[in-house]
Amino acid sequence: MKEIPLIYEISNEDRDTISLPQDIEFFPQEELPKELLRKDLPLPQLSEVEVVRHFTNLSLRNFGIDLGFYPLGSCTMKYNPKINEELAHLPGFTKIHPYTPEDLSQGCLQIIYELEKLLCNITGMDRFTFQPSAGAHGELTGLLIIKAYLKDKGERRNTVLVPDSAHGTNPASAVMAGFKTIEIPSDERGLVNPNILKKYMNKDIAVLMLTNPNTLGLFERNIEEISEIVHREGALLYYDGANLNGIMGYARPGDMGFDVVHINLHKTFSTPHGGGGPGAGPVGVKEYLTHYLPKPLVDFDGEKYFLNYNIPKSIGRVRSFYGNFSVLLKALIYIKLMGEEGLRKSTEIAVLNANYLKEKLKDIFNLPYPSLCKHEFVLSGKKQKEKGVRVLDIAKRILDFGIHAPTISFPLIVEEALMIEPTETETKYTLDNFVSVLEKINREIEENVDIVKTAPHNTPIKRLDEVLAVKNLKVKWG
Amino acid sequence: MPYFPHTPKEIQEMLSFLNIETLEELFADIPESIREKARENFKLPKAKSEIEIFRELEEISNKNKGKDFISFLGGGAYNHYIPSVIKQIISYPTFYTSYTPYQPEVSQGFLQALFEYQSLICDLTGMEVANASLYEAGSGVAEASLMAYRINGKKDILISQGVHPEYREVLKTYLNGIELNYKEIPLNENGETDLKVIQEYLSNETSCLIIQNPNFFGVIESKIEYISELVHKNNSLFISIIYPISLGILKAPGEYNADIVVGEGQCLGSPLNFGGPYLGIFATKREFIRQIPGRLIGETRDMEGKRGFVSTLQTREQHIRRAKATSNICSNEALSALATAVYLSLLGRKGLKKVAELCYDRAHYARKKLLENIEDLEFPYPSYFFNEFVVKFKKPAKVVYEALKNKKILAGIPLNRFFPERDKELLLAFTEMNTKEEIDYLVKTIREVLK
Amino acid sequence: MYPEDRKYSKEHEWAKIEGKEAIIGITYYAQKELGDVVYVDLPEVGREIKQGEVIATLESVKTASEVYSPLSGKITRVNEKLKEKPELINEDPYNNGWIAILEFSDSKEYDNLLSSEDYKKLIEG
Repeated sequence: MKEIPLIYEISNEDRDTISLPQDIEFFPQEELPKELLRKDLPLPQLSEVEVVRHFTNLSLRNFGIDLGFYPLGSCTMKYNPKINEELAHLPGFTKIHPYTPEDLSQGCLQIIYELEKLLCNITGMDRFTFQPSAGAHGELTGLLIIKAYLKDKGERRNTVLVPDSAHGTNPASAVMAGFKTIEIPSDERGLVNPNILKKYMNKDIAVLMLTNPNTLGLFERNIEEISEIVHREGALLYYDGANLNGIMGYARPGDMGFDVVHINLHKTFSTPHGGGGPGAGPVGVKEYLTHYLPKPLVDFDGEKYFLNYNIPKSIGRVRSFYGNFSVLLKALIYIKLMGEEGLRKSTEIAVLNANYLKEKLKDIFNLPYPSLCKHEFVLSGKKQKEKGVRVLDIAKRILDFGIHAPTISFPLIVEEALMIEPTETETKYTLDNFVSVLEKINREIEENVDIVKTAPHNTPIKRLDEVLAVKNLKVKWG
Repeated sequence: MPYFPHTPKEIQEMLSFLNIETLEELFADIPESIREKARENFKLPKAKSEIEIFRELEEISNKNKGKDFISFLGGGAYNHYIPSVIKQIISYPTFYTSYTPYQPEVSQGFLQALFEYQSLICDLTGMEVANASLYEAGSGVAEASLMAYRINGKKDILISQGVHPEYREVLKTYLNGIELNYKEIPLNENGETDLKVIQEYLSNETSCLIIQNPNFFGVIESKIEYISELVHKNNSLFISIIYPISLGILKAPGEYNADIVVGEGQCLGSPLNFGGPYLGIFATKREFIRQIPGRLIGETRDMEGKRGFVSTLQTREQHIRRAKATSNICSNEALSALATAVYLSLLGRKGLKKVAELCYDRAHYARKKLLENIEDLEFPYPSYFFNEFVVKFKKPAKVVYEALKNKKILAGIPLNRFFPERDKELLLAFTEMNTKEEIDYLVKTIREVLK
Repeated sequence: MYPEDRKYSKEHEWAKIEGKEAIIGITYYAQKELGDVVYVDLPEVGREIKQGEVIATLESVKTASEVYSPLSGKITRVNEKLKEKPELINEDPYNNGWIAILEFSDSKEYDNLLSSEDYKKLIEG
């Protein structure tokens, strides 16, 4: 396919801009001294038609869930219901300024209030803040809450434990919150082993961050003992909710002993991923930590909803305003549409799909952790690597079949990892087709390896040179 | 259930393939005690149909009566016009149902759009590098100061009291993590950051100075170029927070040698949405590129030599560098960045300048009319301003505000929302969305109320 | 692949003695595992470094790997050419792709490093 020129390359100085009001002509150039004005504004100038065609053509070179299967592990790429989008575009929501007086924004406050109640029930936590705008933002918020709590108790615990299978955001957030991090090794089952954990516990440990099910898709079955060990030593337990889709209705982080959780509404609760965002990473805490939540919270006094700034030990704010409101709105609509039964069922089907695929694929690839998985599982392309094919090559070849590649090379503890999360919204037919695609690719590795190593072939562009992109760093036009 | 398409027969087939009988058996690895608690406590309302949900949500949205008011609200979020083109483009399913472009060959559309976004932000701000977005401006300010610390290792963060009070709160919260020193610089009687205090506070330990321009009170920081010079002479970094629309006419941060630029991009194509999702604009100088937080899109070539785009300098990011990453950010605000790329492409240099002029016009027209028609008010800050200013009454602002509210006018933000002692002042903002009639009505109504 | 004029660490660094100084680099095997090196973060000249401390960070597109100093000492020179041409690490790891030179402080440390033969055994098993 031909390159799509950059907007700069089709710009024409002489084009007019979109129509704007001409009514007040008051702008007194002379009133503002010249040194406050800019010399030049080097933006391109295009007509509306050109802009529309440009971005429409770009959209045709992008893969989304609405086009096909997107088994990107740890990202829960489930279908995004269209009703969410339509309702979130109601002017009664989009036009509301965050500083609208409370009596004139009762609807927005009610949305946040209702969502909080539902999430408390789903997770077993007592209160939520909605400021965090993504999972990582939630992690930082949660850790700052823990830090404030420990400081209040006069403790100087400075270390966060994370399993070696953890998302990179966990250690990165811990450092931003001012902690040191120590990685604990997973055992041969791919789990946090209480006996190993014990060796790492001491008075410096502030918190253990866990994803459960973990990034291998495995439920940390010793969670009760883990919780016991952590709390006995005076540390707290943090829940990374990226994988909540694997247990909803069957296990609640609050019941497992977690003190602080974040959940990714753009994963479990179907809000669109938007090419990388916006998401939302609300943070829930147990009762004893509610005084530390960012302010304000939304409360109800029996008659009206209001912003409650009276949170005595609040860590402050982690962003301006109240959070990614329209993402919250979409998540609430989703929960209402699904109901209790629907949410539980969505988890069941997500887990069914994952186990079905795992069993179908385990003979093609290596399956390092063969137990029952939850919503996702991790294969290893070890055998394929011996034949000179890297997991990156396989991922690129998958793209040729109109399927998005799984997450690759993560978690780090699996050599040549392929992390597959089908989600509940995919039919058996889609899964079977995926299996036959991988079978075909595996045959190609035997018979025609070049087609795999030079993949993709059917995409708008061939394999891209990422080394060049770093060495010859070009991050803007011109 | 609408969103899992399995038939009972398919479920049965899949279960038998797995040699199990019930879906529940898939959860045998979860201890029974935990499952038991979930059975008892996981209690949610029953599912509702789309028809019922529509009705319910429309009703809730109608409780947001503010939607029908004439609004002069600003303070970091502004009611600007969003051309129809934007809504269409960000609604393309291949854009909004995609995720982080981990597979660039099937993400060229978004990657190119983000590369264009980065380029447009560079041109708008006069900077050399922009990232592909942060969450919003407040956390952007915090990221900027952490970046300054990474660059020069100094521990004092100076911030003007002209910076949005919520951004300052965010910064303070973040600085409890890394534990840097937070020091505020007051405003002088003109509402501009006090030069004398800056000079007094600058020291060997100063990592950066953060100034918002126009500042929270609408005042244009007229000495910003000089302040930037002072900061650089002190071997510290200068961080500037922008209101992107104002850059249609006002001097760009690159022109006064800012080192890092943060901005709230909501005004460039995102709806007010009760505070989010918005867009954290983040730009810097090329020399600091390896310290930038967040995703960065770069140009490259494919195997056949064709131009293409990929995420680049990924070793800065959490998924590779983990504890040593420049930030923990993963999900960002890509869709808002796309909206902004479309917005800036549509308006272009002429359109953005025009919008800035319209905002400036309306605010100045309003101030002139207020001055001419009403005696019992004053403007505490005589400085230059862009589209927002503070007005002070002789009586409590709340009285005026409530009376105007009864006339379906949202007369800006009562300043005591942030500063309890400032109970006689309102912060009024004007955009191209406010008509002359609305402004005349505002002035007339204030006059009636003050009588 | 395993020049005999120098010694090796288990972490795949080499050290070559020239008078009071030692030249430090990474091995052929290490650069191959790393893939295309696109950026090298070099240490400050003059810094005192202990054996096992991070002396440099090498980045490929998707990894950042730390290079541990096989010896203790004071850094006297770094290979400035790597700033412009990080690919020298891949192209010529034992010569032009050297990373730093240090004035070593304890020759016993050198003696305890792996010989070329032992290192070969480590890699090839």
